[in-house]
Amino acid sequence: MHHFTYLVPGSLNEAISMHEARHGRAKYIAGGTDVLVKMKEGKLAPDCLISLRHIIGQDRPFLNAETGELYIGAFMTHRSIERSPLVQHRYPILHDAVKNIGSVQIRNVATIGGNLVNAVPSADGAIPLIALDGRAHIYGPKGDRQIDLTRFFLGPGQCDLQSAEILTEIIVPRQAPRTGGAYTKHGRREAMELPMLGVGVLLSLEPDMTTCAKARICLGVAAPTPFRAREAEKSLTGRPITEETLSDAGRIAAGESRVRDSIRGVAWYRREMVGVLVKRMGFLALERAKRTEQRA
Amino acid sequence: MARDISFVFNGNNMTARVEDHWTLLYFIREELGYTGTKEGCGSGECGACTVIVDGAAVNSCIYLAAELDGRSLLTIEGLAAADGSLHPLQKAFVERGGIQCGFCSPGMILSAKALLDENPAASEEDIRAAIAGNLCRCTGYIQIIDSIKSVCGDAPEGPRVVAWRDEES
Repeated sequence: MHHFTYLVPGSLNEAISMHEARHGRAKYIAGGTDVLVKMKEGKLAPDCLISLRHIIGQDRPFLNAETGELYIGAFMTHRSIERSPLVQHRYPILHDAVKNIGSVQIRNVATIGGNLVNAVPSADGAIPLIALDGRAHIYGPKGDRQIDLTRFFLGPGQCDLQSAEILTEIIVPRQAPRTGGAYTKHGRREAMELPMLGVGVLLSLEPDMTTCAKARICLGVAAPTPFRAREAEKSLTGRPITEETLSDAGRIAAGESRVRDSIRGVAWYRREMVGVLVKRMGFLALERAKRTEQRA
Repeated sequence: MARDISFVFNGNNMTARVEDHWTLLYFIREELGYTGTKEGCGSGECGACTVIVDGAAVNSCIYLAAELDGRSLLTIEGLAAADGSLHPLQKAFVERGGIQCGFCSPGMILSAKALLDENPAASEEDIRAAIAGNLCRCTGYIQIIDSIKSVCGDAPEGPRVVAWRDEES
């Protein structure tokens, strides 16, 4: 690797002033599993890396009992999210996603914030957080701001972060009762692969436990950025969740996809699988919503 | 830029001067001179460079040496006892054919150790998930999984595939 200076700030403000002082020649680094690979490949060559690893933040997801909001520190590793009992039991859609990112070695180091700011179309971490209506909390030279994750991704590798700004936290609002969600990464092998397709479905049910009160259908690698298939969501809302309605939703979501041919899969197959997996995840979400209700 | 770091290396306190751009893998092999840790892909895909930092398996090829400051590092050389007797995992790999060409073995064994330290009663599914980031091109993984299983209280009767043995030659 080329020579660079490694700076280790102890606070967000210190990190930001270090970044500003270097006028665009510095790059933030958290786990580094993407940044260091890109530097080794010569795709990135910053003069200076500013580590976010030693800034004190949350070390586990935190549920605010009063507001019902879930706070996930951006510098948390995938592994710590994967092992959180809170995430395992209450947010299985997120657990589905983080437990299959990379390998144990990667998950022990890579952070959820890094996964989001990389803004690749396949960001496994992003899909469930969008389905959960998550917001990004951003801190920068001008102070704090929040943005819905649906608006955070601008294009492949591009997200709504200005120079020197830092994604500090993801906030997931209180989920409706009778809600279940599921995510699947589709590929040729289970481990160490970027998904050919990522599909997340979140359903909130009416008290009759059949009618859909709210639906979220989020897709990865089906467009330049992770996105919500809003027409497919609308098709489910107010209708019972059945084989037929989920098939319809899958077909509509496939139509909303802007899939393309790539090294990992061809467009027609991806489009076909959107339909199959939306239905499959829909059934799993339904089952989980029912289980949540039994526990309550 | 260079900096001084203090860390625990295979149980011993150490200080060293490292350059900011050094990877942990480079530091271990070229500066400390411990070559049990292997470089395969160099980009976090193959797991040959796996070491244990503060109890967690990491890919040392995409981990900065500077980040070792204040932490504890375990490499494959730290596994056997001082008298040279092998760690039960190492022994199992030798006895059950988990080692063939040997290139993936240090990383494979350390991934297994990180798992068993945390969950001594790991299931086959746990084992498969733990070594998903370690590629082996010789064994087909069966012998490796058997080797790990044999030390985690869920041992199969004997090896599913009989390994090459001294007395047979």
